[in-house]
Amino acid sequence: MREWLARGMPPRHRARGVLALCALVALLALLKGAGWMPRFLDELPQHFETADTGGISHNELLPADLLLDRVFYFLLDDLGLSAVTRFVSRSLKELINIFDNMLLGGGKGFGFDAPPWSALLAVAMVLGYALRGWKLSLLCGGTLLYCALSGLWKFTMQTLALLAAAVPISILIGLLLGILAYKRRAVERALLPVMSVAQTLPHFAYLIPVVVFFGVGHQTGVIATIIFAVPPMVRLTLLGLRKVPPEITEAGKMAGCGNWQLLTRVQLPSARNEILLGVNQVIMQCLAMVVIAAFIGASGLGYRLLHKLQALKIGQSLEIGIAIVLLAVALDGLSRAWAEKKRDYTANLPLLARFKYPLLAVGLAAGALLAARYFPVLDRVPRDLAVSYAATWDALVDWIVINWSDGLDAFRYFLILNILAPLRDALLFMPYIAVLALVGGLGLILGGWYSALLTSGLFAFIALAGWWDRAMITAYMVIFATFICVLIGVPLGIWSALRESRASRALFWCDTFQTFPSFIYILPVIMLFQVNDLSAILAVIVYAIIPAVRYTVEGMRNVPRELHEAVTMAGCGRWQRLVQLELPVALPHIMLGVNQTIMFAFSMVIIAAFVGTIDLGQQIFKALSESNIGKGVVLGLCVSFMALSVDHLVTRWSRERRRLLGMD
Amino acid sequence: MTAPETSEPVIRCKALYKVFGAEPAELEVDGAGAVDPRIFARDGVVAAVNNVSLSVRRGEILVVMGLSGSGKSTLVRCLSRLIEPSSGTVEIEGRDLLAMSERELIELRRSKMGMVFQHFALLPHRTVLENVAFPLQMRGMKRAEYVARARKMIELVGLDGKDNNFPRELSGGQQQRVGIARSLAIEPDIWFLDEPFSALDPLIRKEMQDEFLRLQSMLGKTIVFITHDFDEALKLADRIAVMFNGRVEQVGAPGDIVLRPATDYVRKFTSDVPREKVLNAGAIMDPPDGGELAERSVRAGERIDAVAEYVLGERRPVAVVDDGGKTVGVLHRDHVIKILFPRAENSGETP
Ligand SMILES: Nc1ncnc2c1ncn2[C@@H]1O[C@H](COP(=O)(O)OP(=O)(O)OP(=O)(O)O)[C@@H](O)[C@H]1O
Ligand SMILES: [Mg+2]
Repeated sequence: MREWLARGMPPRHRARGVLALCALVALLALLKGAGWMPRFLDELPQHFETADTGGISHNELLPADLLLDRVFYFLLDDLGLSAVTRFVSRSLKELINIFDNMLLGGGKGFGFDAPPWSALLAVAMVLGYALRGWKLSLLCGGTLLYCALSGLWKFTMQTLALLAAAVPISILIGLLLGILAYKRRAVERALLPVMSVAQTLPHFAYLIPVVVFFGVGHQTGVIATIIFAVPPMVRLTLLGLRKVPPEITEAGKMAGCGNWQLLTRVQLPSARNEILLGVNQVIMQCLAMVVIAAFIGASGLGYRLLHKLQALKIGQSLEIGIAIVLLAVALDGLSRAWAEKKRDYTANLPLLARFKYPLLAVGLAAGALLAARYFPVLDRVPRDLAVSYAATWDALVDWIVINWSDGLDAFRYFLILNILAPLRDALLFMPYIAVLALVGGLGLILGGWYSALLTSGLFAFIALAGWWDRAMITAYMVIFATFICVLIGVPLGIWSALRESRASRALFWCDTFQTFPSFIYILPVIMLFQVNDLSAILAVIVYAIIPAVRYTVEGMRNVPRELHEAVTMAGCGRWQRLVQLELPVALPHIMLGVNQTIMFAFSMVIIAAFVGTIDLGQQIFKALSESNIGKGVVLGLCVSFMALSVDHLVTRWSRERRRLLGMD
Repeated sequence: MTAPETSEPVIRCKALYKVFGAEPAELEVDGAGAVDPRIFARDGVVAAVNNVSLSVRRGEILVVMGLSGSGKSTLVRCLSRLIEPSSGTVEIEGRDLLAMSERELIELRRSKMGMVFQHFALLPHRTVLENVAFPLQMRGMKRAEYVARARKMIELVGLDGKDNNFPRELSGGQQQRVGIARSLAIEPDIWFLDEPFSALDPLIRKEMQDEFLRLQSMLGKTIVFITHDFDEALKLADRIAVMFNGRVEQVGAPGDIVLRPATDYVRKFTSDVPREKVLNAGAIMDPPDGGELAERSVRAGERIDAVAEYVLGERRPVAVVDDGGKTVGVLHRDHVIKILFPRAENSGETP
């Protein structure tokens, strides 16, 4: 029993434990159904909107939002933090202005307001070619060409200027924090929980405190972006440094390195792979956030997209969406290629050869500048020349609405009436104590008292803070979406993994789709289903299915070759091999994929509030528009805590399972 | 190869402990000053180095032997202060290593110490040349100088032409040779080698051992060499230290260790070592008895396995002479047989 409490149930008793837990939860539900459940165990006071005043009554037991409000305003006003934030804000504005001027004009160099698009295109293509080859070169060129021709050049450059400011700062901060955490255990211990919350906090929840502290505007978007992009950089820097074998550090010491030399010349370079991966992640996160930061006034493609979406101009939105996607894929390709670039040491090349790409870029850019003098189209594509096919998209959407709407509506009603609504009502019916018992019990079974306290404690916060029903609505959408994702994604992954060529193609597509900023996934769904409740769930499914597929493929691929050979020699057929060997061995990894799917679902559900939900996301949106900092942060924490509980349970299980299989 | 007995100790440690998983204050020592490993094992504490006192003289090769996990690597890490010993003293050329400041330590490593690591520990982002040049760069040497010097070292270990390869492109044995070249680059006086030849195949290993001895005869460094291959130890060692569970069970010349084991453990450890590889003629000769002798004589320093064939083929005893050619004893055939076939003799005595 002591053992259980410390470490969770031993695997062979687990099935029974889970059964008992289910029985308990069912019993609690029955009690409520029979009317025997005391009210204080069934439901705690909640926020509700009073229709007559239009405000919200604070009716929770734990007035966390008011407390937070007080803390934040104390920091801001009484401690004079606002002076600091204003300073940061102003300096950032200056920085962004520099990039803005470089990319968008104000410079007046060579008789142009700003570099002509053709010159930038030439530079981008040479860069792509130098880093990877003609494919990447074409991708970069194609992206910029698309942006220029579709009349989105200005917005693209604004977005790039934001990135140019946010990315280096994020990398620098992340690197510093990562190194500090590596050097000082205390820093790490303080950072880890903050980072887990930060990585599960919905995008929008970040925006609220940033708005309150820094005001709205272009530079605020950059700040939100930086805060959002730093955690993965810290995590990967720390991971990389941790992975440096102690012997290598010792070799550095024996060579007579001082501390600084040890860090910069031995440890950081040895952690190069992880750090570069971190850089790539920072760029992708920044791009995703720059789009969302449009909500607080960051200009650029995201702002434009939001504008058009709110006006329900689907065709134009799609056009912008494609530009964002292209940009994401191109930036991902460039940063990866740069990370994987091998240095060539054999070279004692002549000067000209060593600088051939920079020279080529400069030459082509100069050519483009000259050409743009005589053909202004190469400088700016005027509005009337811009190629737009928004009308085509719109026509397509209309066509879909006219021809498919009956079928789609029937489908929608069927889903809502028969599956979604009952599921939601069931979750809402559950007394909160039953849900606490469920997550706490799972914690106890899988990880002992610590896990039980953590998971039930996190959920208890939601109940006490007065957001229970909203949270259950979020939960039901996540549960349903996850279910569908697993149902489709895992078999799809298995099928892909059956053949090597298919597997690598599947991974390629997963990689590509994952670079898309999450907000983009809303577009096709709106196109098909317009703005309604089902669209939100579908957007979540489309986005969250990626990790389910990817982890399944990876898990199946990582089954060691010798094991394949062993079971083949034991006389297994293809099907037997799958059931007897591959699935059991890959299962821990697949479960990590399911976990990621759940995390993605939580993050997307909140974004999907944009197309109409009535869950926590909707409230977060409200809080954002009201600049209600306490409420917004509490709501964000509610989402984050649910995600963290699931994450804790699944990773625990998976890690233990891997250990049992001897895979660590 | 034999070190001058009189020269001063370059490395000396006294009552050295390294305990993993406990604070030094909690140590309990028995009468002899050693920690009882059994008490600790319960609490998950490992005494990796347990009351070790040693000294290594200038120009001497001390080979540290012992099974896996007996604390060999931990001992040299304490001697080079890569890890802080839990207690005890270490002196390098008479200076207290443990009292040195960070600066002094770095200075010492830059100028005097070299180390070859068990798992190579090459910097993955640097080429062979850059790895070898690394300690030189840390010293602040000029580019042209360190490139030339690193090239020379790479040539020395027989890797010329691989200058621009990355470690991951080399085999295990080649990587270890890069490690050796790197540790030699600064021409250290004190050289720590942690199983440097373990990753090499037998042929290259023998070549490297010979090369190592040749180098040592030229350079005369003070060396601590770790291995768990007894043949290697016998070939290279001036003295051998046998470690067991963190303790040094015995330190002495190879012959001493084999012939006069200090503890049961050492006896068991050395029981399979072929005696003829350890002993020389002088160690088993009888005093001259004036009888009839074979035509050829052997020198007292020659190992038994080198002279056995001749002695066994001779009916008469063989004279043993010293370096000056003076007869100091005689070698009887049955004596040599006893050394070569110790078991045969035993089985004759016990039924
Ligand atoms: N950093 C460490 N933390 C905890 N225990 C350690 C650490 N380093 C070594 N040990 C323990 O100290 C003991 C001695 O280890 P050491 O590496 O010195 O052995 P070794 O003689 O070099 O073995 P091998 O021949 O396998 O290299 C082992 O029991 C090991 O588990
Ligand atoms: Mg070792």
